Amino acid sequence: MSESDLEAAFADGPALVSYVVAGDPDVESTKEHVRALVRGGADVVELGLPFSEPIAEGPTIQRAVRRALDAGMTPERYLDLVADLREDVDVPLVCMTYFNPIYQYGAGEARSASDASGETASEGPEPFVAAAAEAGISGFIVPDLPVDESGPLKEACEAHGLDLVFMVAPTTTDDRLDRMLSRASGFVYVQGRLGTTGARSDVSDRTHGSLGRLDRTDLPKAVGFGISERDHAREIVAGGADGVIVGSAFVDIVADGRDAADRLEAKARELKAGALDGASEVPEPERT
Amino acid sequence: MSSESKFGEYGGQYVPEALMPAIEELTDAYERYVLNNEDGFVDEFRERLADFGGRPTPLQRADRLSERYDREVYLKREDLVHGGAHKLNNALGQVLLAKYMGKERIIAETGAGQHGTATAMAAAHLDIDCEIYMGRTDINRQRPNVFRMRIHDAEVNPVTAGSGTLKEAINATMRDWATNVEDTHYVIGSVVGPHPFPKMVRDFQSVISEEAREQIREKAGRLPDSVVACAGGGSNTMGAFHEFVGDEDVDLLAVEAGGSGLTIDEEAGLAPHSASLSAGEEGVLHGARTKLLQNPDGQILESHSVSAGLDYSGVGPELAHLVDEGRVRPVNVGDDAALEAFHRLSKLEGIIPALESSHALAYLERAALGDADDDLGEVVVVNVSGRGDKDLDTVIEESDSRDIDAAPSMEVFQSE
Repeated sequence: MSESDLEAAFADGPALVSYVVAGDPDVESTKEHVRALVRGGADVVELGLPFSEPIAEGPTIQRAVRRALDAGMTPERYLDLVADLREDVDVPLVCMTYFNPIYQYGAGEARSASDASGETASEGPEPFVAAAAEAGISGFIVPDLPVDESGPLKEACEAHGLDLVFMVAPTTTDDRLDRMLSRASGFVYVQGRLGTTGARSDVSDRTHGSLGRLDRTDLPKAVGFGISERDHAREIVAGGADGVIVGSAFVDIVADGRDAADRLEAKARELKAGALDGASEVPEPERT
Repeated sequence: MSSESKFGEYGGQYVPEALMPAIEELTDAYERYVLNNEDGFVDEFRERLADFGGRPTPLQRADRLSERYDREVYLKREDLVHGGAHKLNNALGQVLLAKYMGKERIIAETGAGQHGTATAMAAAHLDIDCEIYMGRTDINRQRPNVFRMRIHDAEVNPVTAGSGTLKEAINATMRDWATNVEDTHYVIGSVVGPHPFPKMVRDFQSVISEEAREQIREKAGRLPDSVVACAGGGSNTMGAFHEFVGDEDVDLLAVEAGGSGLTIDEEAGLAPHSASLSAGEEGVLHGARTKLLQNPDGQILESHSVSAGLDYSGVGPELAHLVDEGRVRPVNVGDDAALEAFHRLSKLEGIIPALESSHALAYLERAALGDADDDLGEVVVVNVSGRGDKDLDTVIEESDSRDIDAAPSMEVFQSE
């Protein structure tokens, strides 16, 4: 089986996975921001497709999602943005969103066009996945879609050669982990702590326990939730992760607005350097 | 016994992975304690419902309404449950279940404050820590309930996001749960959310129709022609309907909040109503696939109702399914009609109904005397889901500003 775009992004050392909300504060800024993150060393960019009810997000990203929606972000504009970025950005782009916008794509318009009987059956997630693949998305992360409900989206992703990334939480049981790993591709998103997204001042103790349980998979493991500084990135990679996922720390810079592109680039460089430091601390694996 | 997570296409478990183990644990507890009465859970629940909750509630013949509508009208008096609403049936069940599960902390969301009050009350009764999330708008329009929660020693956390109503309060509670899931149980307030909540809450509420079915046979000598209940999230609705679902001759009418009209302002992201069964589209929100008020992009619209308790953009998945199956008929009445009905019942029967229940009563007026061609039949049961004391501030203000005919004038009592 050939390696996916996402797996490949982890092949040359520890990866920095970065996240910004598409359309926050506007489409042109997002393009600049993504390019800046890539210049700073981001190996994967998660581009948030805003959903009005982001239940897994902390205040920073909730506000960013609101700004993007108020500025008029829609799934169509999102796909145009991705296609534009693909012209000069060569790292994989991942669509991070909730299930309803994916599920409604196509169905909503079909309903508006249909007569009052409204007998338009939804086609499920396939139309959006097809359009995302066409635009240049490499995979999906959908926080409100646990493995139990992931069947239709997983099928659509496979049909279009995209990865569906699953999140492993500190509370995930071994039985659930097995089910998840049997379906996971791209990389495994290790939720470093309970709660919602948001920059924190330390690395949760639970991160190490979570990583330890993932020895059984060959997929790259990236840790997210709460990472905002060079030292966090170092500690996490030194602890055995193949990458770090950083969202709120970048979104904070976007929210502040001043010299956002330059500061995003510098922040990405700082975090990537931390990850590289961490990698140099990892003992060479024993070969058997 | 059924642990099936879906009602047709609706329902399911669309929640973050961090919550899934807790939901699996809850599903297991639901099956063992609620469905199989392990450790005598159901017996204890029934006993507490009676002694603490004041059940059974009466099914009262409403003499003047019966005369007005020229048929037998019976009121199921859930306003007489301890705390003043059906909400206690579910809150007591879930808080007790949380104790059986060994949880240390209860969280809940509330719209009108009735569920928050019932949960705070049950938590005080069963001695467990309790925190309630409530939208800022709802706090402003339901202050007496906020104080009642505080009296019972619950923390009340204001939620300022969005329009500051139930939808935002649910989001905030889900986030708290995702953070504290290991020792905390989330007492969802309606037949919404991920499986097993819609089924479990329905089971706790179905005591309403269980009693009503028996009572109407005693009083009218037969089953009713129709059962009418208001529907927001749908917990009093499912509670009032459940035991009648198998009685094909009994019409089940879910009365939604028509607000100020069934149109949708997509630019503003606003629905001036809360009628997701009548005007919603299938989608996924707060853990379940159901009917939702949303725009074509799948963004959830803010809902509206003069009644905080009905002001929600979604509805329980089982109701959505029963509507698709043609078993439940969704209808709706607007804010003004609900306010008129509030005053009418107060005047004619000496019962002050919650603004939620006033919607069900308003539909009765419209069906019997107004423009709807519904034949409710000779014997009608209306669920009075709660009492209206909590709504007095809203009713005074709204009755004045809208010129509600039936409202008494307070002018001569204004302070000088």
